[in-house]
Amino acid sequence: MKARITITLKQGVLDPQGKAIQGALHALGFGTVGNVRQGKYIEVEVAESDPAKAREAVERMCEQLLANTIIENYAYELEAA
Amino acid sequence: MKASVIVFPGSNCDRDAAVALEAATGRTPAMVWHGDDELPNSDLIVLPGGFSYGDYLRSGAMAAHSPVMREVVKRAKGGTPVLGICNGFQVLTEARLLPGVLMRNATLKFICKDVHLKVERRDSIFTHRYAQGEVVRFPIAHKDGSYFADEDTLDRLEGEGRIAFRYCDETGVVTADANPNGSSRNIAGIYNETGTVLGLMPHPERLADLALSGTDGAKMFASLVESLP
Repeated sequence: MKARITITLKQGVLDPQGKAIQGALHALGFGTVGNVRQGKYIEVEVAESDPAKAREAVERMCEQLLANTIIENYAYELEAA
Repeated sequence: MKASVIVFPGSNCDRDAAVALEAATGRTPAMVWHGDDELPNSDLIVLPGGFSYGDYLRSGAMAAHSPVMREVVKRAKGGTPVLGICNGFQVLTEARLLPGVLMRNATLKFICKDVHLKVERRDSIFTHRYAQGEVVRFPIAHKDGSYFADEDTLDRLEGEGRIAFRYCDETGVVTADANPNGSSRNIAGIYNETGTVLGLMPHPERLADLALSGTDGAKMFASLVESLP
């Protein structure tokens, strides 16, 4: 299966990169742009056909390495590879 | 004092740390490759500065899970002193030996310059050669040095006296202007609960010899030599 994992900064965590992107979008003339938050997107292929097991594995990956849960949230979708 | 310096792919201050340690101890430290499962008996373990694993994913995240770190974590929990400098501090937070995270600098820029730090306490194995509240000059060289922890954690660190160094001006006043990277409460370095693990972004080993134009960092290594067997 394939997991599509999105990692985002938690609310309240400062995001200077998001702020810089927001500034650049304003400079390009996108005046309607409000707050910008940036994050990460990771695709992981898992050799596992049981969605429950794949889900459990992906969650452990996120907790142990892919996200730093002090500052980041993660969400994922699973699809048949 | 027998010291070990852990070398990760991308470490670039491992030899600087080794030179400073050797100058202080008269003994050549063991250089331990990150892929090793075994770690020699050590009175001190140093996680050096650099860009371990190219800072992939998050600074220090990969290194925190490298084979030798399992042993480092075990030793640290058993009371062996650990000093993490710059990337080493990032690795210590990712390995959860220290609380909080080092995030991208508020300016988004890589900052390489000398800064002033206030020694928050001198009753530690790392700092007793300094005076209480002494202002020292250490270099910084990092892009991910903005210390972040939630307010409860910051309050706990303050309450337990676990803040080791704060960014300050040259007279020792902790100001927003003296904060180079946006760190919460100007924090430059912190201790674990037992005061045996220290992580800091500034580099004591880079100003530990007159030939490097300063010796403020040497007192940290001298403190360790006096405190440890």
